[in-house]
Formats: sequence, C-alpha cells, structure tokens
Amino acid sequence: MRKITIDHVSRIEGHARITIKLDDAGQVTDTQFHVTQIRGFEKFVEGRPYYEMPSITSRICGICPVSHLLASSKACDEIMAVRIPAAAGKLRELIHCAQFVQSHALSFFHLSAPDLLLGMDSDPAKRNIAGLLEAHPDALRDGIALRKFGQQVIERLAKERIHPSWIVPGGVNAQFDQQAQEMTLAELPAAMAIVKRTLALWKKTLDSFPNEIESFSNFPTMYCGLVGPDGSLRLYDGNLRFIGPDGSIIADQVNPDDYATYIGEATLPDSYLKAPYYKPVGYPDGIYRVGPLARLNVADHCGTPEADAELEEYRGRLGRIVQSGFHYHYARLIETLYALERMRELLDDSAILGTKVRAHAGVNNLEGIGIIEAPRGTLIHHYKVDDNGAMTWANLIVATGHNNLAIGRGILQVARRFVDGNKIQEGALNRVSALVRAYDPCLSCSTHALGMVPLLLQLQGPDGQLLDEARTE
Amino acid sequence: MTDKVKVRIDGEVIAATAGQTILEVARAHDKYIPALCYMEGLSAVGACRLCMVEVSGVARLLPACTTPVQEGLAVATTSPQIQSYRKMVIELLLVERNHVCAVCVSSGHCELQTLAQDHGVTHVRYPYNYPRLSVDTTHPRYVLDHNRCVLCSRCVRTCAEIEGAHVWDIAGRGIHSRLVSELQRPWGEATSCTSCGKCVQACPTGAMAEKGWGVEEMTKQRAGVSRLTSMREGQ
Repeated sequence: MRKITIDHVSRIEGHARITIKLDDAGQVTDTQFHVTQIRGFEKFVEGRPYYEMPSITSRICGICPVSHLLASSKACDEIMAVRIPAAAGKLRELIHCAQFVQSHALSFFHLSAPDLLLGMDSDPAKRNIAGLLEAHPDALRDGIALRKFGQQVIERLAKERIHPSWIVPGGVNAQFDQQAQEMTLAELPAAMAIVKRTLALWKKTLDSFPNEIESFSNFPTMYCGLVGPDGSLRLYDGNLRFIGPDGSIIADQVNPDDYATYIGEATLPDSYLKAPYYKPVGYPDGIYRVGPLARLNVADHCGTPEADAELEEYRGRLGRIVQSGFHYHYARLIETLYALERMRELLDDSAILGTKVRAHAGVNNLEGIGIIEAPRGTLIHHYKVDDNGAMTWANLIVATGHNNLAIGRGILQVARRFVDGNKIQEGALNRVSALVRAYDPCLSCSTHALGMVPLLLQLQGPDGQLLDEARTE
Repeated sequence: MTDKVKVRIDGEVIAATAGQTILEVARAHDKYIPALCYMEGLSAVGACRLCMVEVSGVARLLPACTTPVQEGLAVATTSPQIQSYRKMVIELLLVERNHVCAVCVSSGHCELQTLAQDHGVTHVRYPYNYPRLSVDTTHPRYVLDHNRCVLCSRCVRTCAEIEGAHVWDIAGRGIHSRLVSELQRPWGEATSCTSCGKCVQACPTGAMAEKGWGVEEMTKQRAGVSRLTSMREGQ
C-alpha cells in the first residue's frame, strides 16, 4: 500500500492534512481528512463566569468572531432568561449579515477564486491572489471591496473589526447612530452591484467545471439549517430543519434547545474534529451537511426579492436539491445577496435606532443554548453553569464539524476521480484541496494561509520510502 | 507647625513637608513615578517595587512610596537601571499568573496593562508560570479572579482602612500567596463583607470586578475611594 499526504491543505482557515492511500496498481483505495489542531475551549472555560464566554469563544476564529460572539451571547441570554430589546436583536442580525458579506467574500475571492478563475491546473506559483491580480484585476478588486464593506460595517457597529466587545449577553453595549445608518445605506448599492456582477460571472464560468461538479462530494446526504416559521432562510434566529437526501422534510421547526435530540457527535480516531451525525439515523449513516449549499436546500425560499429570483434560477439550473459540493460557491454568492438585502431591510427600519439595547440580569437558568447560522453553517453553543454563574460544562459544535463526514467522503470521491498514484499531478491534488476549500472549513484558527503556505505532497512506498514528491511554495 | 524641607527631584528643587514620602512629593509636582500597590488614601506598603528610585548617597534603590523626604534629599526618578528593573518587575508580574488581556473585563482600563505599555513591554523574557487558579463567583454582585491578581493588597487596605470591615487578607507565602476573604471563606459567605464594592474599585486589574460586565467593560472609580479618606481627614 502506498500513501500520499497533503500536509497541509492551503487556502483554508486552519490546519488540516489529507492522506490518500493507494493500492499496488496506484489506484486510490481510501482517504482521510485529519484536522490537526486541538481546540480545547470546552475544557478550559470551566470555572469562568458565563458572561465572559462571548469574548473567550470569539477567539476561536479571527475570520468570523462575530458568529461565536452571537451564538455565545444567545446562550448567555438563555442563562439570564432575558428577551433582549428589539433594537438589540436587529443590531445583532445586522452585524451578522455584515459578517456574512465579508466572510463569504473572503471565501469566494481570496481563497477559492485562484482555483475557480485561474483554473485548477494553472501554474501553482501564480494560483493565488497575486496571480489573480494579474489575470482578473477587476474581480479581485471587487472581492476586496466587498470584504472591506462588510468589515467596515462591523467596525461602524462594534468599533472593532475583529473580536469586538460590542455584542454582550443581554444585547449589545451601545446603540446605533443615525449617521452610521445613513452611511451604510449609501454604500449598499455598490456592494449589491459587486455581488450581481460576480453572480453573472460565476454563472458563465460554471459550465467549465463539469468534472468537478460531478465529483466534488456529489452524493446525496441529509441537510440541516435554520428556517423561519414560513420556511424561509434564516441566519440569526429560527428553528432547525432537517431534510432527507431526497429533499423531504424529516424534522421541522425543531426548537434549538432540542438540538441534542437530533444531533449526536462521534469521536474519530484520526482527527481532532468530532463528527456530528443525525441521531435518529445513527453513525455513520446519519451524515448531513450544513452551510450555504445546505441552507438553500433546506429553506423554501430566501424571503428577499433579488435573492429569491437568483434562487429560482439556481434551482432551475441545478434542481430543487443540489447535491454537488462544488455548488457551495454558487450558493455562497446567493447568500451574500440575501445578506445585503436583509441589511437594507434592517437599516430601513427606524426601530434599529432604539436606545434600549441591553437587558441586565443574573443567573436565572443553569443551562443555555445559542444557535445561529454562521457563514459556514449551523453553530451551536451549549453551556451549563452553577448557581453563581461559573461555567461547569460547555459544548460547541462548529459548522465545519457538521460537514466533517461529508468532507471526508468528498475527498475520497474527488481523489478517486482525479488522482493517479503512478504519477502525482499537482492539479489533481489541488482538486482534492479545492474540494475542502469549497466547504470553506474554518478549522478553529485565527488566521488563514492565502495560498502562501507550502503544500507538501509525498508519495510513499509500502515501507514508507519516499517515491515522489511535489511541493508548492 | 509642620517642618518644611527642601528636596531635589530630578535636579529640581522642591519644597516639601517633613513626613511626606518621595512619591507624594513627586506626584504633587507632576513628576512621574510608576506604582501599582500605592493608592492615594491608603497606607503605603512598598510591595510592588515599581516605584524604586535612586537616592544620592544610598547604594541601593529605595521605594518612593515608603521613603520619607528629609532636608537635602536628592532623588532620581528614572535612569537606565531603574527602567530596566521596572520593566523586569512588570514582566515578572505578567508571568506569575494568567493575565490574558484579550478576554479581560478590565482590558483598556487596567493599571498593569497601562504600565506594561508605558514601559515598552512588548514581550516577556521569562517563562510563564501558568498556575491553575480559581475564580470566586460566590458573591452575588462581585467576582474575584485569582488569575488576574497581582497581590498589591489595595483591596485588603481599602476594606480595613476605609470601610473598616477587614474582609480581605493575604494568606500563604511567596509564590503561594493568595488573597483570602474572611479566613478562607468564599467571598459570598463572608459575613463581615458589607458588599460596598470599594475593594473592587480599588483593584488595579480585572482581578476584582462587578459581575455581568463583558470584556473591556469594567471601568473603576478609584478616585472616589481615595476621596473618602481626604474627606474624612478634612472633618
């Protein structure tokens, strides 16, 4: 048996390694996706006051700290047993939408566009944002501008772009001002134009990836996401919905507090990332996916006009239930449009300027669960505290965790399709990494590689002898 | 009538009152000497060693907060040697316990953090201790986090000297010293605590804080505590 190791996967958030096992004929027999960093947050927060949890857990990630701040604050709201002021709820959703815009822009333009616009087999030395600047300067500029818009809205609301202290248990700690509201409204049309341009570009480009569409974890799974009472797409608030591989609803309007009835977590021997599964089906058959692709499969509609029009076209092209992981990119763009439209709706509502933005309370429940849809999928924070508010137990299920089983199976599918063990082709192995990138996994890291991290690929003989090696710089 | 004395601080001749400390005289004349355990309105204990100054004719450094002025005293508040010692003291405070500014309620309003910034502590040269320390959340309104305590004893003196309750003490020796309330009772069970919160306001770091505030949200009203003493002295 021979083995190829991709260590580590570049242009993702965090660190991961992929092992591809080959038989004597050089054909792929098995693959493994190892997440090599340990998080440990659940353990070391024990004993901390619960209201510190938003700031502690937001440090899990520097790309979407806002997601952890929101899920954590929602769990704390439950511990305090408060209904947060209406303005605070709107402000939290607004910053969440801004984060969707910046995070999705980062994933599409900065991390995946080198593969998507320059080509999977293009020169690896140029397959990065520097190469993008040469070949597609307008698209790159759009990406940077879109991400900047999202980040600036976050800064305008929360005073800081990364790890802001503005989102707190009970609401937010400062009200929104009219000038910031008007400024953001004035900038929205330019951001909308970028997303529409990019959607048009992507729809034209899509047909040049038939093999990737066919093999990038293109298999039926269940899907999970938050929906509103009318089945519409929800990012900040809502109930869980699970659909089967055929699109039939198998659990609907599940109260987030009941998540553990539906979601179990398996521990894998070769990865620090646990593998959640749909409990009624069991492990490992209870594989389900979350994130942009899943949310658009799960929701009946988006609930905003332009995103709904795009969703209709998306479903017209690809079917009601889209199974190929390659279409995470397309779904991500539609969601970005939705986030911008939703921002407009929130900003047009004068109630967002309300002066009551924070509820104060002590410990009124000994347990709290906060669930949101983070850019990468459903994010669950579950806490237990003692009578004094000291944390006694925590469980965090991050989006990438839900997708762990699907990423693992997807790697096997794409490796079987493209990797030939008799000759390492960089483009083939890049496709394996690109599959991982399509899920935009956030492996609990505070930084990202931007294509500059060397990718070391090794082909080893049965005795571990190095047969061939490929390296990108 | 009080005795007037003349001292030189960094070369400047200053009229002072006998019995005043070097730190009091210096601060009254806008001369900067850093200090962590010193707080106006409380007795001085000379514990933190940040206010060490050079006194001419004395071979070793002396703490400005406990050294009284006398006629003809000449003091240097800073020198390369003093600066290097102060930086070292701050670094040693940082490695002793678990000071994580990123998630601290007092970040942005913390005296230790400000001192570190003022002294150019961009990194720490010594290995961290990482002790396993508890957080006392038993008081209904306040919280004590030993991870952030620098043992300055301001809370001890505030409670004993201003509030008159003397809930706090420091138990143990050396690296094992810990702040204790009412002879090792949890704070929430300390019957002598009046819940006045002055210890919280006096604390220079996030070790003592009001419950419920998130990161960066805990601002302290230290001047208000100091003012109580001066108002009483005026009576």
